[in-house]
Amino acid sequence: MIRPSLLLAIASLLLGACAEQPLRGTGDLGVVVERASGSLQIVETSGQTRLARIEGLGDLSHASVVFSRDERFAYVFGRDGGLTKVDLLRQRIDKRIIQGGNSIGGAISQDGKLIAVGNYEPGGVKVFDADTLELVADIPATPLADGSRNSRVVGVIDAPGRRFIYSLFDTHETWLLDFSQGNTPQITRFENVGKQPYDALLTPDGRYYIAGLFGEDGMAKIDLWHTARGVERIIDGYGRGEAALPVYKMPHLEGWTVAGNQTFVPAIGHHQVLVMDSQTWKQTDAIDVAGQPVFVMARPDARQIWVNFAHPDNGKVQVIDSETHEIIAQLEPGPAVLHMEFTARGDQLWLSVRDGNEVQVWDPYTLKLLKRLPADSPSGIFFSSRAHETGL
Amino acid sequence: MFQSRHAVFGLGLSLVSLLPYSTALADTPTAARQAQLEHLLVQDCGSCHGLRMTGGLGPALTLDAIAGKPRESLIATVTHGRPGTAMPGWNALLNEQDIAWLVDLLLEGYPTP
Repeated sequence: MIRPSLLLAIASLLLGACAEQPLRGTGDLGVVVERASGSLQIVETSGQTRLARIEGLGDLSHASVVFSRDERFAYVFGRDGGLTKVDLLRQRIDKRIIQGGNSIGGAISQDGKLIAVGNYEPGGVKVFDADTLELVADIPATPLADGSRNSRVVGVIDAPGRRFIYSLFDTHETWLLDFSQGNTPQITRFENVGKQPYDALLTPDGRYYIAGLFGEDGMAKIDLWHTARGVERIIDGYGRGEAALPVYKMPHLEGWTVAGNQTFVPAIGHHQVLVMDSQTWKQTDAIDVAGQPVFVMARPDARQIWVNFAHPDNGKVQVIDSETHEIIAQLEPGPAVLHMEFTARGDQLWLSVRDGNEVQVWDPYTLKLLKRLPADSPSGIFFSSRAHETGL
Repeated sequence: MFQSRHAVFGLGLSLVSLLPYSTALADTPTAARQAQLEHLLVQDCGSCHGLRMTGGLGPALTLDAIAGKPRESLIATVTHGRPGTAMPGWNALLNEQDIAWLVDLLLEGYPTP
């Protein structure tokens, strides 16, 4: 039907288009997870535009992303156990494997050579070669007492010295994997860290690992400079005397919540953001907020803290003054704000409005909405600058 | 905040109760409500149980996974939550009809293949 010469003309046109694509860096790129459709958008923050959509990433119910150290590749951890390596420049899937049955997230090692994935099913951590996605190590988690399955793994984070650290939700442990001597890790187990660790953060210097506890009012801190000192319980009993409210979405902890000499974290079952002194790790304040906090994120200059909330308060975002602890703004970006991401130097805040089917770009200094970008049920937003942040 | 939400919710309920309905329809949410509930199931229940109900922090809720579990016990779990786990009670946000409808949706198999 179509003449070969015409096909040739089309082909050379397409090739030409590729060749003419201008050289660009990847430092202003990011990805937006479209969780219902299993797709990913590639975005750029300089002009605040969408560059491409990548499809075929499976079930992204709970997806998170890390970046290669050259900021060219995004590694996407999907709910269905998929691990997908996406080429941000070629705008396509480079490699994809199904490594488990049900996963929660992962991390990339300090040297960028290893990818660790935390799995609920089968409970444990698998570590892959970042280049080939070939299996390097398989570390099953502790079996439950009844032997039915292994503990679910949460909060997998990279730590300095080619290490990974994570917690076991069901068996109340934290494990430290040390790959500094090769691809067979030395494993350090911390037991009885507290009931049901649900997620964790690493301070930006990589020194302190702090796991949030779902099953009790407190957090578990490990000093990675002095692992022999074990686990220290901090902000113990923060909600004492108050009835716990229902938690309709599990909060997240990220390194960004450390703002200078203060650390801001979500309370569990209390509509509060807790403030700790980052030296003594004592609680210094509890800020009343509009709902169960999910993400508590410091603007990179540490002057503001942005908070979003669990259902049914997930249409709101509150901005806290980090000095006075007053709520300086309550925004209502739209239905179901799931995630927020600052650009590396904090000139923009991107947030996903799941039920509004859009991503919004805000100026966090003027608190003005700059741009709306359509997206299909967007959840996580991840910028490539995370490549150079320990613990993100 | 929490109390005022209850107040709003209570107001919503009393408005609904003023609407005329036949007894045949009394235990079925309206079509609009059903759409809201299905959205809630996928997006909010799905945060823990997976958008495709294949499980996550919460157990799988596929037909295979809940086979043999009595309807009443599923309703009780959704209504009151499961102490000692991350499952909250939804009775602050959903009424009995809502919860029964959601449980029946799961018992019919969700998502439909």
